Amino acid sequence: MVTKLFAQIGQYFILMGKVFSRPEKLSIYRRRIIYEMEALGFNSIGLTAIISVFIGAVITLQMSINLESPFIPKYIIGYATRETMILEFSSTVVALILAGKVGSSIASEIGTMRITEQIDALEIMGVNSASYLILPKIVATVLFFPFLTILSILIGIFGGWLIAVFTGIMIPDDYVTGLLYDFRLYSIIYTLIKTCFFAFIITSVSAYFGYYAKGNSLEVGKASTRAVVASSIVIMIFNLILTQILLT
Amino acid sequence: MIRAEHICKSFEGRTVLDDISVTFDTGKTNLIIGRSGSGKTVLLKCLVGLHAVDSGEIYYDDICYTALGFKERKAVRKNIGMIFQGGALLDSSTVAENVRLPLDLFTEQSEAEKRERVEFCLHRVRLENADDLYPSELSGGMIKRVAIARAIVLNPRYLFCDEPNSGLDPQTSIVIDNLIHEITEEYNITTIINTHDMNSVMEIGEKIVYIHEGRKWWEGTKEEILHADNRELNDFVFASAMAKRAKRAI
Repeated sequence: MVTKLFAQIGQYFILMGKVFSRPEKLSIYRRRIIYEMEALGFNSIGLTAIISVFIGAVITLQMSINLESPFIPKYIIGYATRETMILEFSSTVVALILAGKVGSSIASEIGTMRITEQIDALEIMGVNSASYLILPKIVATVLFFPFLTILSILIGIFGGWLIAVFTGIMIPDDYVTGLLYDFRLYSIIYTLIKTCFFAFIITSVSAYFGYYAKGNSLEVGKASTRAVVASSIVIMIFNLILTQILLT
Repeated sequence: MIRAEHICKSFEGRTVLDDISVTFDTGKTNLIIGRSGSGKTVLLKCLVGLHAVDSGEIYYDDICYTALGFKERKAVRKNIGMIFQGGALLDSSTVAENVRLPLDLFTEQSEAEKRERVEFCLHRVRLENADDLYPSELSGGMIKRVAIARAIVLNPRYLFCDEPNSGLDPQTSIVIDNLIHEITEEYNITTIINTHDMNSVMEIGEKIVYIHEGRKWWEGTKEEILHADNRELNDFVFASAMAKRAKRAI
């Protein structure tokens, strides 16, 4: 099993070598990057927004229930919501959710192309299929996912404010005070760096599993599942590594 | 002309191709025939370089293809067109986009020139008013026509077809066969077709190579195949009851 794991890691890096070799024609890649930005990024806005608004609201609600003490100022709830959204939820949790949505989509798309010989057709034309198919997806997600993260932070914080307004668990002004309390720009930079890494992991790992899919549609489904599981594990490992490097 | 010399290929210890030597002539429709699982597709994929051979050499005219590196092979591949069994059209691209992809990638033509070339190729395969359709909206015969149009868009010198008739009705099969044959003669291409359809053999086969259990068993013309004194080949050619009756009549 360990040998197989190392073989897969080696195969992944060989694939990445092909992906980042010189592209055939930049104009074609520009068009594909824009297409992929829409397919993988723009089309994920809705899911990200819905999850973020509810999580923001739930964090605020749970904070207010658990921090019920005369010694803890109410504005801390706003502060905690903001920090949770910025430091962990909008980068890591959203990345895990996108690993499911975007990762499975990439693995099944490329896997289907593999078993229906579309990748072979590109190779016969003399096209570097790995670069042509995977590089635009990587560039598109690395450029677009940071916007999703920012959007998730804003919508999550807005969700917290909404719950404060509509349930009366706290005075909305206290929530806003908490939001502004001890704000550090570095937290945003940290979360955006993490997002870029996670975007690369989701796209490249999922593309790897799709690219080497074999057999029939059943195998594409399995490749898709393996892609989501592997991306999620690698995201968690890198979350730990990046946090250790960037925050300590 | 494409020449294979002593090609061997095995997968996980199982020999699929065993010492195959064969020459495919320019300007002719060369057919590789054989039962399912006989190694036809593997041979075709070895010839185009999708599978690396274990031993042996493949020559495209005077160029030893198997000795070339990745970059040098790219130059040869620009002269290759291939029609896959299922068409292998890019699902996310329209008919016109599929056909123009090689032009976008490998030529410096203007938009107008590319449009004109795509229109010409689609017209050549008798497929018009389908530019904006996606592969999922096409019939099996239309998919094969688009695949042919894409294969010839860069004026290839070598054309490979992997079971171009699979999944098609007999009439459409003959139309596709004849189209490939016409294009081969018109542009003097070396065409290699992989098939187990005896109608294709009798319709367009100019040189026929019979593969059996990974070995070249027989080669000749469509006239010779009917009178060949080879039991395995006869079993294959006259497999159906109708063909057996025809054989007795001969």
